[in-house]
Amino acid sequence: MLIKRSPNGIDLPFPSEITPRAVFENRRAFIRQMAAGSIAGGALLEMLSREAFAQGVNPKLAARRNAALSAQDKPTAYHDATHYNNFYEFGTDKSDPAENAGTLRPRPWTVSIEGEVKKPLTLDLDALLKLAPLEERVYRLRCVEGWSMVIPWVGYSLSELIKRVEPTGNAKYVEFISLADRKQMPGVASRVLDWPYTEGLRLDEANHPLTLLTLGMYGEVLPNQNGAPVRVVVPWKYGFKSAKSIVKIRFTRDMPRTSWNRSAPSEYGFYSNVNPEVDHPRWSQATERRIGEDSFLSRKRKTLMFNGYDVASLYTGLDLKKNF
Amino acid sequence: MTPSPKQLTVIKAAVFVLALVPLARLVWLTLTGALVEPLQFITRSTGDWTLYFLCIALAVTPLRRLAKWNWVLKLRRMLGLYAFFYALLHFMTFLWFDHFFDVAEMLKDVGKRPFILVGFIAFVLLIPLAITSTNAMVRRLGGKRWLWLHRLVYLVAPLGVLHFWWMKAAKHDLAEPMLFVVIVALLLGMRVWWARQKQANPTAQGRGQTRRV
Repeated sequence: MLIKRSPNGIDLPFPSEITPRAVFENRRAFIRQMAAGSIAGGALLEMLSREAFAQGVNPKLAARRNAALSAQDKPTAYHDATHYNNFYEFGTDKSDPAENAGTLRPRPWTVSIEGEVKKPLTLDLDALLKLAPLEERVYRLRCVEGWSMVIPWVGYSLSELIKRVEPTGNAKYVEFISLADRKQMPGVASRVLDWPYTEGLRLDEANHPLTLLTLGMYGEVLPNQNGAPVRVVVPWKYGFKSAKSIVKIRFTRDMPRTSWNRSAPSEYGFYSNVNPEVDHPRWSQATERRIGEDSFLSRKRKTLMFNGYDVASLYTGLDLKKNF
Repeated sequence: MTPSPKQLTVIKAAVFVLALVPLARLVWLTLTGALVEPLQFITRSTGDWTLYFLCIALAVTPLRRLAKWNWVLKLRRMLGLYAFFYALLHFMTFLWFDHFFDVAEMLKDVGKRPFILVGFIAFVLLIPLAITSTNAMVRRLGGKRWLWLHRLVYLVAPLGVLHFWWMKAAKHDLAEPMLFVVIVALLLGMRVWWARQKQANPTAQGRGQTRRV
């Protein structure tokens, strides 16, 4: 199943060669086949053919792997990473985004960068793809709900974009605003959150090399349900901090009010750093289950401070229990 | 409509098997790998089915009174035991998959988080009902005391709904818990109404039979 491609005659290490998609999927299909036997054969075939269709939809993205910023953990199966998502614009069930995100039109797409910057910009997707060399980075993703994944993202440090717009001295925070289009996103009709989905980072967090402006995953452009066509990924924070399908990036003086913080301030703080010592009010954050890897019958794995990322220096002098 | 003893046996067997369908579905979906995160699914669906069976068991008396189907009473014990069965699975999911049998950790969690505490209390209150569900226990306790004990279910159902409500509360997604609130309020409200009527006019009620609430 390994097909080497070398565009322009250059032998790039393709992201998909790390653990090829086919291997992820074959493993799942094999398990399914083992468990289901021949009775479920029809359903299995249908599932696999749908998968094949989905593969054709997402064009490849060539990116060089940034080994220094990549986790050594085994990537989560592509199917799991694309079929177990929180993306409330498409529904509140984990399976809703994969089912409903087909209506999202990720092209044409523009992102406007505005606020406290000297050079406000509006970029379309092609401009974003060309802004800096694409890198692949394997990051751990920890959801506030107590599960985790490992995903090979494709993008570049958000700082690449930030330096082009030249933030003014007043810029202390960066606000990310997602698309909220009722026509494309059935979940926006619900009152679960105030739309549009809004997230934010402190400027130094946004400038941290790990903060990734993300345009793809698993060597392909982002599937709709994972936040196509452009999202941010902040690996040391809970997943909801990483806004999806971004249309606006605003630099501000004041701390932006984020969607989850507005909805339930006692449960979701502005920082939302992965922190095993600060419980969510309704559950402990000390442990997590790695999707597709940890058997649900076994003990959950321990959650690491900042999800295992070395970012403590960003928070010296800050009480992380108060500023959760 | 009153089924013959033979028909009743068939109905009982059918209910017994049907009540196992959710469990069978759960096991099937888990074993076939159809679920990305089985833990969440198992937790949710065992919780849901506990509430469904509580509501169904609580609907027996109103159904019996309103439709005059006295025979449905013969299904109530089984329905109540299924509520306990799914509650037990729900609790085991919490103890095993979430806490890996670390009872100290589990109790810490129960104490720290009101929504878990409420669910836990509801589960604990169901235990004596399950234990005293046999005919021998009814005889041992005496009908009246047994009845009083089993009125605990009037506490268990609202606690169960509160547990569900609280779990969902922060997500502003209260359609489902709201539905349970309405159903349980209706089922318990009818009993309150009947009890008041009986108080006001003790002779008009009962139609000569010993009434069970």
